[in-house]
Amino acid sequence: MTTADADPRQATPLTAPHMLEYEYTRSVGPVIGRFFGALQERRVVGVRTAGGRGLVPPQEYDPESGEPVGDFVDVASAGVVTTWAWVHAPRPKHPLQRPFAWALVQLDGADTAMLHAVDAGDESRMSTGMRVRIRWSAETHGDIHDIACFEPEDAR
Amino acid sequence: MSEQVYGIKVPIRLDYTYVVGTAPARFLRGLAQGKIVGQRCPSCAKVYVPPRGSCPTCGVPTRDDVALSDKGIVTTFCVVNIPFAGSAVKAPYVSASVLLDGADIPLFHLLQEVATEDVRMGMRVEAVWVPNDELQPSMNSIRYFRPTGEPDAPFESFKEHL
Repeated sequence: MTTADADPRQATPLTAPHMLEYEYTRSVGPVIGRFFGALQERRVVGVRTAGGRGLVPPQEYDPESGEPVGDFVDVASAGVVTTWAWVHAPRPKHPLQRPFAWALVQLDGADTAMLHAVDAGDESRMSTGMRVRIRWSAETHGDIHDIACFEPEDAR
Repeated sequence: MSEQVYGIKVPIRLDYTYVVGTAPARFLRGLAQGKIVGQRCPSCAKVYVPPRGSCPTCGVPTRDDVALSDKGIVTTFCVVNIPFAGSAVKAPYVSASVLLDGADIPLFHLLQEVATEDVRMGMRVEAVWVPNDELQPSMNSIRYFRPTGEPDAPFESFKEHL
């Protein structure tokens, strides 16, 4: 018989990876489904509300009136940063594994902004009102990851 | 017009590093040597396996290791008839609570090498280990339990351990 205090093997804690995972397939509906379908073709579509506002990403109902939205409209793949936050130390599941900005980007032709990452390289290059454009993923699959990130328009 | 997307895969994933703690680590390291290690309560003398490092009845630490037999009896069991995703065994199969000789609480493990309709409370069983070079600090070191063929244990002998 041994006792718990006496065993030198106890010096190292015993650990193991444990992953809890559920792979859901989410139905996206007719409007976001169209948005994702366009992304797969490297285009961005929004919707026009009865009041004339362009919603990007599109929604099924006008958040102001609750009325169903009207036609799909194409918008540009470049726009303006309306607000942003710099990420100094990206987490493992972040879209970029180097410092980047989370930003709301209002695409040209849209009246709302969408959240995505901006690969600006350095925080000093970020500013509200700066122009950014989509950097498309090498392969597109019909979801939000088809946009790899945004990048400053002046980066050549 | 672009193609309509109907669904997207949205995995929910949580990555943990599980730290087993001192007493379970002794149990798991024992398995890596082909041994089953429990711990005895210094107050009520009950033997816990796997040990958690304390006695939940008396509220005191358990420090003394007890080497346990890899033979025991089926106290209760469940016949699993419905297959489910991630199951390593083909249904139907039996999951059983096995009270090892010398222990006071049963271990839950797989029972094999027996027809599901032949399993019964009190049946004597033994551990079937993986080959020595595959032993790990894991319950997987015991592949399953199987009947020994010994006479059943009388109900009176395990009725306190259900």
